[in-house]
Amino acid sequence: MTNHYIDFRNADVILNMGSNVCENHPVSYKWIKAAQDRGAVFIHVDPRFTRTSAKADHYVALRSGTDIAFLGGMIKYILDNDLIQREYVVNYTNASFIVGSKYDFMDGLFSGYDPVKRKYDKSHWAFETDENGVIKKDPTLQDPRCVYQLLKEHYARYDLDVVSQITGTPKEDLLKVYQIYGSTGRPDRVGTELYAMGWTQHTVGTQNIRTMAMIQLLLGNMGMAGGGINALRGESNVQGSTDMALLFHIISAYNPTPQAKHKDLATYNEMNTPKTKEPMSANWWQNRPKYMVSYLKSMYGKAATKENDFGYDWHPKLDDGQNCSWLMLFDDMHKGQFTGFFAWGMNPSCSGANANKVREGLTKLDWLVNVNLFDNETSSFWHGPGMNPKKIKTEVFQLPCASFMEKEGSLSNSGRWLQWRYKAVDPPGEAKPDGDIILEIYERVRELYAKEGGKCLEPVLNLKMDYATNGKFDAHKVAKEVNGYDLSTGKLVANFTKLKDDGTTSSVNWLYSGSYNEDGNMMARRDRSDPTGIGLYSKWAWCWPVNRRIIYNRASVDLNGNPWDPKRAVIRWDPAAAEGKGAWVGDVPDGGWPPMVDKEKTKLPFIMKPHGVASIFGPGLNEGPFPEHYEPLECPVDRNLLSSQRINPAAKVFAGTMDQYLTCDPRYPFVCTTYRVTEHWQTGVLTRWLPWLLETQPQMFVEISKELGELRGIKNGDLVEVETARGKVKAVAIVTARWKPFNIAGQTVHQIGIPWHFGWRWPEDKKFSRGGDSANLLTPNIGDANTMIPESKAFMANVRKIKSKS
Amino acid sequence: MADKSFFVDTSICSACRGCQVACKQWNKNKAEVTTQRNWGNYQNPPDFTPNTFKLVRFNELEEGNTVKWYFFPDQCRHCIDAPCIEMARGLGSKSISQDAATGAVLFNSKIKVSKADFEEIRSACPYDVPRRNEKTGTMAKCTMCFDRITNGLQPACVKTCPSGAMNFGDRDKMLALANKRLEELKTKYPKAQLLNADTVRTIFLVVDDPQKYHKLAAANGTFDITRLAAIKKMIRPLSNLANWLG
Repeated sequence: MTNHYIDFRNADVILNMGSNVCENHPVSYKWIKAAQDRGAVFIHVDPRFTRTSAKADHYVALRSGTDIAFLGGMIKYILDNDLIQREYVVNYTNASFIVGSKYDFMDGLFSGYDPVKRKYDKSHWAFETDENGVIKKDPTLQDPRCVYQLLKEHYARYDLDVVSQITGTPKEDLLKVYQIYGSTGRPDRVGTELYAMGWTQHTVGTQNIRTMAMIQLLLGNMGMAGGGINALRGESNVQGSTDMALLFHIISAYNPTPQAKHKDLATYNEMNTPKTKEPMSANWWQNRPKYMVSYLKSMYGKAATKENDFGYDWHPKLDDGQNCSWLMLFDDMHKGQFTGFFAWGMNPSCSGANANKVREGLTKLDWLVNVNLFDNETSSFWHGPGMNPKKIKTEVFQLPCASFMEKEGSLSNSGRWLQWRYKAVDPPGEAKPDGDIILEIYERVRELYAKEGGKCLEPVLNLKMDYATNGKFDAHKVAKEVNGYDLSTGKLVANFTKLKDDGTTSSVNWLYSGSYNEDGNMMARRDRSDPTGIGLYSKWAWCWPVNRRIIYNRASVDLNGNPWDPKRAVIRWDPAAAEGKGAWVGDVPDGGWPPMVDKEKTKLPFIMKPHGVASIFGPGLNEGPFPEHYEPLECPVDRNLLSSQRINPAAKVFAGTMDQYLTCDPRYPFVCTTYRVTEHWQTGVLTRWLPWLLETQPQMFVEISKELGELRGIKNGDLVEVETARGKVKAVAIVTARWKPFNIAGQTVHQIGIPWHFGWRWPEDKKFSRGGDSANLLTPNIGDANTMIPESKAFMANVRKIKSKS
Repeated sequence: MADKSFFVDTSICSACRGCQVACKQWNKNKAEVTTQRNWGNYQNPPDFTPNTFKLVRFNELEEGNTVKWYFFPDQCRHCIDAPCIEMARGLGSKSISQDAATGAVLFNSKIKVSKADFEEIRSACPYDVPRRNEKTGTMAKCTMCFDRITNGLQPACVKTCPSGAMNFGDRDKMLALANKRLEELKTKYPKAQLLNADTVRTIFLVVDDPQKYHKLAAANGTFDITRLAAIKKMIRPLSNLANWLG
């Protein structure tokens, strides 16, 4: 999140598209309600009418997988009607930048495409520079090669007719949303966008979000109270997981994972530290070498010295360009390329796309360790449906772990707040906190290496793992190391501005630096004061970076440092402050430099971007600098109405025997999507075992429209089977007016939807009066072209009746 | 302790069912074994049971091209003049009482009630709330979390409600809150209304016809008075008899 849940209350328009906020983030609805009480308009755009739609002022339907068409139409509407916040767009975005002559776009493809590799050469999308390397600009936005004009040209094709034909959304509904949302281009009106997996789990997931980010920039809504792009996280600490390196391509705090080609630290820094010739750009990532050295000092402690490159050689590295995302790992596992696997706090047998392939992959392992509160479909895979235990070699170990209430530590919520949690009770039986399990495994491994030797000794023996107190994992010790130390004094550093590249400081995660310093554990703060009055609560817990509650907040003011909207100022330049030198008041600003009018001393507001401004033209993503509509891999139409490129040209398609995809196939005529319900969580490992929750949502269901029910002779409560090219699941039909068929270019297209909370292990019920198996037995293992998140939100399926109502 | 009431603002109920689950948790009520087979509805269990005192009802309606989904977190109304009490007394049963301080209508969990008597009591309730445990022969329903409210705590359903739809407190404060909220919503929703606010201690605010939420969301206007009068008339001789015997 750029902002916070509480900040929804400051919005004038709340667009919930790509998630189901009231059902899946029920507590956050109180802040939407607070905005509605102020007169804000709450819009829900979703294929299905949900509990969120019931609370929204406007519900608008669209076919799954067509969000870019919908939003591309909104960009066209905003530009055609000149609703942009011009001063913001000219000064704080790259709209004025001149794009180089090699950039082109034709029939769904950008220039630089290699169809064999399914990859672009991004150098074709570079900006034009002058003799000093500074990007050429046209602040009048008139130059035909400037970003603004190219944007206009790109989205000119997204007219109401074609958008409506693709999305199935009636034109009047499109217009209604465009008008309401477009109204926030005024400086005194703000709109916010709330999304979740409904946007990410597509082959174009990243570009779905980027399209909205562009709209927010055009309307001047980024950095504002009541604005921003807000990812509603589906787990209490999933923000922390990405901050703390649980993804393969980044180590902690968004530094790229070293690859083989980064042969030493100098090369790593050279290849990964962005440079700019823009005189007013802070280019914050120029500090990357300081963060890397401090990180290596935290990893290897005293063993890391200047002479040995701070232990850089010991750090794990990817092969050049290696993709270790979920889908690739399970593809490798299925090919027998793994001996062992730790399934830690997850249930891939139910959560992994194309789960039959995952389950079969587990049979190829020598050993599997399941660290979880409960036995689940992953640890029990060997006696699951279709498995013959006699033929499975995998040895399975179950390590019971503590639940969140049985251990102490921090959680990072969607709004980037790190909140300290205390232990309420001891874990039952032999269950242990994850930290203790990790430390114990490490100790045993280290002992073996110390005694017996082996390959790559140093990374194991030199690892700094001094996080135990009296033999137990100590969350405070870890939190302090994450914050970092001044190693010359032994004191905790105040924040990341104190980190150095000479080995005199340590810090696991520079973004978290400042969370636990000599002033104490900032994450444990519980002060409810709110001097700004806009709900920042700056002394409650701690927010990364440097306790900044709304990021990009220097874009919330004009060139003089005055808020665009004084009624909900995030920051303001007070010229009288600091003995007449002037200072920012309000939230922690994105850097303390004076406002933009002071051209000598100021810096541009988007400090994490090399050029200091936000990207309307984004040459970094794999499928092009402007988002373009492509159909999902499996879709109900035989062509893309906007170009001859039916699917994302840069998405990776697997080609193994279990990687089956069928599009426009009469056997699988219905669009299908997956979702969660309020009453269960993820694969249901925690919630299916709770009888009160199971009582409210007892079993696998499929929601279908009354029209489809009529067509297929399915009545409410009937037992049916949902099938895709990859698998089948049983479900009970909920026949409902909340689904409506779509009119897609003159054709009636039906969509159905299924929750993914169920699994065969529990509840056990042979007669299928409750329980069921995972929706992911049906989903395709194709990923987004940038992130490789699977396309679980749009694929093709069939549904047929098994047994009539008794 | 002052006269208490609930105020339930359905306009901001998102049917998360936190109240339904919290109610079961506090009262240690077991889960029913439910199914979607032949049911196909989010509303589960389908109705009140001896173990289900709080139930979020879901009603889906099509109006022209649009669909609406009404949520109604149903529970005992703790009527000011409770027909169930009158009926139980009339039947000579001490199974139901009303707490003088809070106004809570309480079913005694130890006093058995015959099936026939229970049917009479149930039919006396305009909201069809009372349920009887077949095994124990005792009746059960919402207790106003009597054990919580008499110890300075909010009822479990109110404590857990994330949106603020469930409220509880002194009756005058709840009525004031209800009327204030009604005023706020009337412009946007001309049909906004409080349900039977004068006769119940669980005051629902709805923004559309009450029937669209649940057929028994509101008591039929004449029902209360005539039915109640009839019951009172019927039981008077019995009460007298009881006094005479006592």
